[in-house]
Amino acid sequence: MSDLTKLTLAAARDALKKKEITSSELTGAYLKEMADGGALNAYVTPTVEKAEEMAKASDAKLQKGEGGALEGIPLGIKDLFCTKDVRTTAGSHILEGFEPPYESTVTANLWRDGAVMLGKLNNDEFAMGSSNETSFYGPVVNPWRRKGSDARLVPGGSSGGSSAAVAARLCLGATATDTGGSIRQPAAFTGTVGLKPTYGRCSRWGIVAFASSLDQAGPIARDVRDAAILLGSMAGHDEKDTTSVDRPVPDYEAALGQGIKGLSVGIPKEYRVEGMPKEIDDLWTRGIEWLKAAGATVKEVSLPHTKYALPTYYIVAPAECSSNLARYDGVRYGLRVEGRDVTEMYEKTRAEGFGAEVRRRVLMGTYVLSAGYYDAYYLKAQKVRTLIARDFAEAFSEVDVLLTPTAPSAAFAIGAKSDDPLSMYLNDVFTVTVNLAGLPGISVPAGLSAEGLPLGLQLIGRTFDEETLLRAAYAIEQAAGFTAEPEAWWRA
Amino acid sequence: MTTMVSDFEASMRKREPRAEDLIQGQTGDWEVILGLEVHAQITSKAKLFSGSSTKFGAEQNSQVSFVDAAMPGMLPVINRFCVEQAIRTGLGLKAKINLRSVFDRKNYFYPDLPQGYQISQYKHPIVGEGEIVLDMKDDRTVIVGVERLHLEQDAGKSLHDQHPAMSFVDLNRSGVALMEIVSKPDMRSADEAKAYVNKLRTILRYLGTCDGNMEEGSLRADVNVSVRKVGAPLGTRCEIKNVNSIRFIGLAIEHEARRQIEILEEGGKIDQETRLFDPKTGETRSMRSKEEAHDYRYFPDPDLLPLEFTQAWVDEIASSLPELPDDKKARLISEYGLTHYDATVLIGEGARADYFEAVAKGRDAKLAANWVTGELFGALNREGHSIEETPVTSKQLGELIDLISDGTISGRIAKDVFDSMYKTGRDPAKIVEEEGLQQVTDFGEIEAAIDAVIAANPDKVEQTKVKPQLAGWFVGQVMKSTSGKANPRVVNEILARKLGLSSDD
Repeated sequence: MSDLTKLTLAAARDALKKKEITSSELTGAYLKEMADGGALNAYVTPTVEKAEEMAKASDAKLQKGEGGALEGIPLGIKDLFCTKDVRTTAGSHILEGFEPPYESTVTANLWRDGAVMLGKLNNDEFAMGSSNETSFYGPVVNPWRRKGSDARLVPGGSSGGSSAAVAARLCLGATATDTGGSIRQPAAFTGTVGLKPTYGRCSRWGIVAFASSLDQAGPIARDVRDAAILLGSMAGHDEKDTTSVDRPVPDYEAALGQGIKGLSVGIPKEYRVEGMPKEIDDLWTRGIEWLKAAGATVKEVSLPHTKYALPTYYIVAPAECSSNLARYDGVRYGLRVEGRDVTEMYEKTRAEGFGAEVRRRVLMGTYVLSAGYYDAYYLKAQKVRTLIARDFAEAFSEVDVLLTPTAPSAAFAIGAKSDDPLSMYLNDVFTVTVNLAGLPGISVPAGLSAEGLPLGLQLIGRTFDEETLLRAAYAIEQAAGFTAEPEAWWRA
Repeated sequence: MTTMVSDFEASMRKREPRAEDLIQGQTGDWEVILGLEVHAQITSKAKLFSGSSTKFGAEQNSQVSFVDAAMPGMLPVINRFCVEQAIRTGLGLKAKINLRSVFDRKNYFYPDLPQGYQISQYKHPIVGEGEIVLDMKDDRTVIVGVERLHLEQDAGKSLHDQHPAMSFVDLNRSGVALMEIVSKPDMRSADEAKAYVNKLRTILRYLGTCDGNMEEGSLRADVNVSVRKVGAPLGTRCEIKNVNSIRFIGLAIEHEARRQIEILEEGGKIDQETRLFDPKTGETRSMRSKEEAHDYRYFPDPDLLPLEFTQAWVDEIASSLPELPDDKKARLISEYGLTHYDATVLIGEGARADYFEAVAKGRDAKLAANWVTGELFGALNREGHSIEETPVTSKQLGELIDLISDGTISGRIAKDVFDSMYKTGRDPAKIVEEEGLQQVTDFGEIEAAIDAVIAANPDKVEQTKVKPQLAGWFVGQVMKSTSGKANPRVVNEILARKLGLSSDD
């Protein structure tokens, strides 16, 4: 591993500005790591030439003392973001051969600020999954292994390519998306920081949709500061997405130094679920102590409708996905499997183009929206969703942030849960509530499990109060002093 | 959009059946119950959720944005002007404007529906209940309730005639803004349904919210038809889809009502279904049954926030509304003393009423109405011209009427002058002068003509003494010999004197 890839994004940025390094050197170092890291299957489409060109262009600007906030910073892009003239798969066979003639707003914002694209990162098919095993392009492998084991573990999902690439230093930071925990859970599984912003903070335009009312883009990064820097470039109002919100983007990085003295932290008692591993519970307790030590006050709060969050999520998200994915019909782009007539063409295309998990969710979604079931499922779920949001609003009348574990376990083995969708869905138990309520959440690495795997703590903030969230996350990061790294077994 | 029969029954206007509307069957008289769903394309340069052009007749797939083609990650953004047009229409229908409405997705698969769903409004439309007043031929008015108006996207177009084994898709129309205007089941005859579409079209054109062009598909109607014995509960209805002319609406209804009556009289029952009208055969045929009906899985579109606006904006739009047909009609009657019939004919198009008013200003309104609705509209119809294409301007027609009023020409000559104006576009005074058509009021000249006729017909003079009505024959002869230019009043006067009759006869 070269020294260049050891730099955090903030450090690399400063070194580039000071002309201590060039973007071409930095990008070259990452391209080499990518080439060596094939065993992780993190990238589905490396864009080597593009990266080199962009780095060169950045160097020209940096040389003149110009350039944006991310000038010359090499990033990986989750393959859910449409990138102009670069194959975009969403991890699905059905988008076979699709090269968008447009660039998503979030990635366009990153390029505007000078970032360099290394390539497209693997993800669960249409972001449906918690382990990155549903990708048509094969599972991503977690760079972390259990102590004394060479069992291949999942990197979390759906942003498994992003989390694995950041953890294994195959990119300096990555874009990701989070519909039910797809940024935070993979971050927790890989010892990285994952920030899911408030719904509406980042534009959804040009991101392949999974569940429109829940999807939100955010960064996976090496540390809290890097996440803050990346969000600053990704966020912003977009007239092309009417659910994006028109309010200024604050200087998130500046919020970090402000400390948390007097901050009020809530501990939702309903998150102490039955059967939670002791080491997760202990980690949570340690987190509480760290925040107290940094000057915060801690109190227990109640989010009484938490137990309905998972079933609510697994009605709302599939309902929206069943409709969002109707456009993949073989008529205009992507895969087409011919049939006797148009109906058979649809059936064959969608049967062959979608994997098992996507088909399962399309079926569930179609079912809950069907005549006679709509009221019992979809409508009821929407009502519960309102109650869940109200729980949070009440809690936030008493406290500034909430602290919870990110996931109920550390990373599990590839294949361990793939035959058991319910147990897979349980992975999202601490994260889906945040999406249902549209709140910002962040996962910060806070320690290692007994088996030597990273564990994360989640902080949840008020809508559009990412600054307080980052401030608290920074305090956890400082106190946890998490410096562990995976052994680079993949470099063979 | 399909509303349940039970909702319909609850919302129906109470109407006593009229004998002339009933259809005679083998077993008695049947009443026809009709409700219409009209799809009106909003007059707007851009589509409902994208900036693509809506111009008719462009090259296939040349007006398609990434949103219209449902490319991955594309999002709809509402076109404010289309919303304004819907509000304007709602106001024109004297309907309730909902300050908050919701866009829903109507899900179904079809190659010309790129998203796999149509963005529409289901439970919370932008416009609620209103009404339309129908002007029937017998001066009768019928009030038809409007159930709702909602905004929705049009689909693209499948082309099945371009290739032997394939269908092609043209997405130019995909995403174009439509208003679906749903009536209550308040109509009782094909004539009423036709009058409804006519009147709705007129209102939309006055408002400038839809051009009403049925050939280009800017206005399409789905007709719900059911029949019942007088006083019986509502029958099962069938929906006839996409009837694209007012004449076809009438034909479709008449065929469908008779079809249903025949089935019922033979002891059968009506299946609730969607049917198509075939203009070639004049018949309707089944398209899909209730069992085959789509489950559209409506749900609120999560890409779009609820549509909210202020009453102040609605008021602003209301203040800019033009005079509407019913108001115009009332004004024409009170201001110009027109008959209901003339007023109804004139308001059919705003431009026709404007033309009339320009002619009638400062003139005899009845005379103006006769010339506009009689001669001018007759000529326009004959020649297939629209009012905008008239070769005779309102100023010229006014001048013609002035020539009649001041006695320069007779009404009969005026018709010839008008024909010449229509053909050449020349001013009436010029035609009269150049062709020497001035009315002869010179007593001497007329007297000479009369004397000539009397001298040539002594027998008729004798007969007239016994039968004074024969004087008319002399008038005709004099007019003939003067090429119609003799002033008839003067002819009558002199003739009466010469024949020894009272001029009052």
